[in-house]
This record gives sequence, structure tokens and C-alpha cells, in this order.
Amino acid sequence: MKKALLLTIKYAIVFVFASVFLYPFLWMISGTFKSDFEVMGLSLIPSHPTLANYLLVFERVPIMRALLNSTIVSVTITLSVVTFGAIVGYSLSKIKWSGAKYLTGFIIFTMLIPFQLTLIPTYLVIVKLGLTDNLLGLVIPNALTAVSIIMFRQFFQSIPDSLLEAARIDGCSELEIIFKIVFPLSRPAFITVGILTFLTSWNDVLWPLIVIRERSLMTLPQLVTVFVLGGEAETHLGAELAASTILALPIIILYGFFQKYFIQSFVTSGIKA
Amino acid sequence: MRNRATIQGLGLSLPYLIFASGFVLFPLVFSVYLIFQRWDGMSAAVYVGLKNISRLFQDDLFYQSVLNTIIFLLINVPLQIIFALFFAVLLNSIRFLSGLFRAIYFAPVVVSGVVVTIIWQQLYGYDNGVLNSLLSGIGIARVPWLTSPTIAMPSIAIMATWKNVGLYTALFMVGLQDVPIDLHEAAIIDGANAWKRFYRITIPLLTPTMVLVVILSTINGFSLFVEPYVMTGGGPMNSTMSTLLYIYNQAFYFGHFGYAAALGLFYAAIIFIVVIIQRRVLKEE
Repeated sequence: MKKALLLTIKYAIVFVFASVFLYPFLWMISGTFKSDFEVMGLSLIPSHPTLANYLLVFERVPIMRALLNSTIVSVTITLSVVTFGAIVGYSLSKIKWSGAKYLTGFIIFTMLIPFQLTLIPTYLVIVKLGLTDNLLGLVIPNALTAVSIIMFRQFFQSIPDSLLEAARIDGCSELEIIFKIVFPLSRPAFITVGILTFLTSWNDVLWPLIVIRERSLMTLPQLVTVFVLGGEAETHLGAELAASTILALPIIILYGFFQKYFIQSFVTSGIKA
Repeated sequence: MRNRATIQGLGLSLPYLIFASGFVLFPLVFSVYLIFQRWDGMSAAVYVGLKNISRLFQDDLFYQSVLNTIIFLLINVPLQIIFALFFAVLLNSIRFLSGLFRAIYFAPVVVSGVVVTIIWQQLYGYDNGVLNSLLSGIGIARVPWLTSPTIAMPSIAIMATWKNVGLYTALFMVGLQDVPIDLHEAAIIDGANAWKRFYRITIPLLTPTMVLVVILSTINGFSLFVEPYVMTGGGPMNSTMSTLLYIYNQAFYFGHFGYAAALGLFYAAIIFIVVIIQRRVLKEE
């Protein structure tokens, strides 16, 4: 009896906090269908549902173009980080060369450098390369990360050397071993690094604000920020919420399907970093 | 044989070596060069000697921004730990739908900070924001969440806690799984009550996770940018001007790239020292 009561109280608390985390999102989504008069209300059900907020966003800013830009940038960065991170991670864990130790040490050292230090100089590198107002300026400085290399390295260390030795005796080249044996065995590492990289680049807003000025090249979070701050929303709160919903929805949908992998990725990288 | 391995190793590391020389090593060296220059990013840089450094030591707004960031950390980090620990123990003690609830608590972590800020800006509205409507509904005075210089930064810290606590909850839940059950059973036989068991067994065994959470949330806090940028623009009265926002403004609003680089270097040194001290102190405990 006492146990049942305790369990009921526990679930009540869990539910209260679940609504604390969910309500703001639901309020945002329902607000996109509300009129200007109603939008600040607490209710989650619009009394006169309207699409005017979305129409205003589409009319004022090239948001679909920004969605495309963000997709191109995030997918390219993710593919690059995963491919090169894995290849370098392999050379640091599975090839016995004397430089591996030093290079690993150096990479770990660079992870301790706060990005605030290299932010301005990196921008000036991009200026010198002529890559401002260019999607490449968003991709190239993020095309490889120290964390990804270290995570792949750690994962590959658990693959037994004897397996690779056997393949070498069978006449496989090193690249064949990498792509045909090591990579297929390492799906969890690819999923972890892939999810984290994609999410980081999708949600990044500081770097796009620095590199891109041209409207048609802006990423989605950047365009939404500019839309909200730049006065185009003209205090149409519903339109701000609509833009912000368009930004959030792709990730929320992905998260809905793959939430276990998302949480797992964050936890492993947190513990290993 | 050994030579061959060296060639292979170097060859496969080549992507990193190329990348690092352009985007790790060069910016590091370049940042030192920039400190001595005045540069608007377009015309030629002018050598100004130690001017940027001496200016840095007189820049009250910079120190205020560091102080603001520290205030943010002092509120945010303890809140994260208390709530994350509470949620982890709570979710760990239920079976049914525990995974679903963990996923709900975690959801704000994956969503863009821009989205979270836009939502909370409205929740924090003074006249008809959701929070003040709720408060006045139960007879409590409205709070000037974003308009009072003393309350604005705590408001941002509360929002940041809401956004990230799910991550730290998930980390603590992993840590809790490592706490052996027989230890608890033995303690129950010895007559220890739930609170005592939590305090004497769970907390000490969670120390490594606690260290991790402190360091991760500190590093996170030092990169505070988009929340004040969107929500308050650094105001009111510069009370939410985070250091990163200040550096960003110096470079991209005023075009003082040399000075911004000097600030970046100085700020990075502060971050580095704080994190090293944290590691030392926490490891000893």
C-alpha cells in the first residue's frame, strides 16, 4: 500500500516535469496556427486556425532556400568528418608506426584549446581564401574534428589485430581492409560521430553569422535569427514561432525516430571526451 | 617493414595533417600575430605594438562580460547538477515508460538554441508572457525576467538549464547503473534509511560523473552566445553581455579584429585555467 502510494507520487512528479519540457514546444507549434490576438495565450488549441504566419515567413525570407543550404552544409560536413575521421583514426590505432603516439598526443592537446582562441584567426583564414559568402566557408573549417578522430581510434582499438593480419596475409591492401573489414564492423562509431557532427553543424549559428552575409546563402538557424532580430517579423510573434518551428521540426522528427541513438551518442561522447 | 608502416601511417593521417596546418596550427600562430595589429579585416593591417594589450587592461566592459559569464556559470552549473541528479534518481526508480520520459527530458538538448531562445523570450514576456500569466494567476507579482539588470542573467541561466539538463540526466543515469545493488542491500540490512544510502553510497560512487558534468557544463557556459544575442542583445545595461558576445561585437560589429583576437586569447587563457583548476580540485575530492 505504501509502495503503491510512493509510486503514484513518483509518476506524478515525472509527469509534471515531462510537461515542463514538452509544453514550451507544443505552445510554439500551436502558436504558429494562432492569430496575433491569441498567440500569447496559454491554450494549446487555436480557436481560429490560420496559415497566415507561415505565409508571412515564406513571403518575407527565403526560408526553403535556407533549409536547402543547411541540408547541403550539414550533410557534406558529416560525410567528410566521418570518412576522414575514420581513416585518420585507423592510422592511429591499427598501423604500427612511431608517429602514431605523438600525433595522438597532439590531437588530444588540440582538444584542450578553447575555440574562442581560434575563432577570429580562422575567420581571417576564410577571408584570405576568398570563402566568405560561400557555403565552402562553412564546410571547410569543420571538415574534420579532433573528437571524431579520437572516438574512431578508441573504437578501432577493440577490433582484434589478428583479424586484420589474416586479411593482410590473404593479400588485401590496407585500403581494402579499411573499407571492407574495419568500417563495416564499426557501425556504432559511425552512428555516434555522424549524429553528433550533423546536429552540431545543423544547430550552429555563430559561424554562419560570421561567414555569410548574403541572404540566399544563409543557413536555417542563421536566417531565423536574422528574421527575428532584423525586424522582418515586425512583432508578428506567430511568424517568429513559425520560422522557429520550421527550424526545429526536421531535428524533432529525426529525434522521434532515432532518440535512442541520439541519447547514446551524446552519452558516449560525454564519457569519452 | 617498419618504413612501410610509417609511410602508410603518414599517408592515412594526411587528411588531418593538411587540415590541422590550415585550421589548427596556422590560426594559433596567426592569433599571436594579430594581437599586435590593428585590422578592420579588409584594408592592410597596421602594427600597433602593445596597444591592444594595454587597452584590454582598461576595458571595463570586457571585465563586466567575464563577470557576467561567471555569474551565469555560478547559477547554471549547480542548477544543472541538482536537477540532473534528481531526475536521474527519479527516472531510475521507475520502470514503466522510463525510456520515454528520459527521451522527453532530453528533447531540448537536440533542438537549436535559437528555437529555445525564441520560445523562452515569449515565456518570459512581462505583460502577457506565459510565466507571468501563471504567476499572476496564483496571486504572485509579475517578474521582470528580461528587463531587470539583476534578473536577466539568472533568467538566461534558468533557460540554459532547461535546455541542457536532459544531457546531464542521461549521464547520471549511466553512472547510477554502475552503482552495485548488493551495496544498497547490505546497507538496508544494516538499517540505513533511503536518504543515508543516497548520501553515503550513491553520491560517492557518482563522483566521476559529477566531475564530468561540472567540466562539460562549464565549457558549455563559457561559449554562451546565441541566447543573449537573440534574447537581450546583451542588455539591459550590458548585464547579459557574455564574453563571447562581446568579442563577436568587437570583431564583427566594430571591425576591431586585432583587438578581438587579443580578447580571444586572453579569454581562452581564463577558460583553460578554470578548467585545469576544476580538474585538479575535483580529482582530489
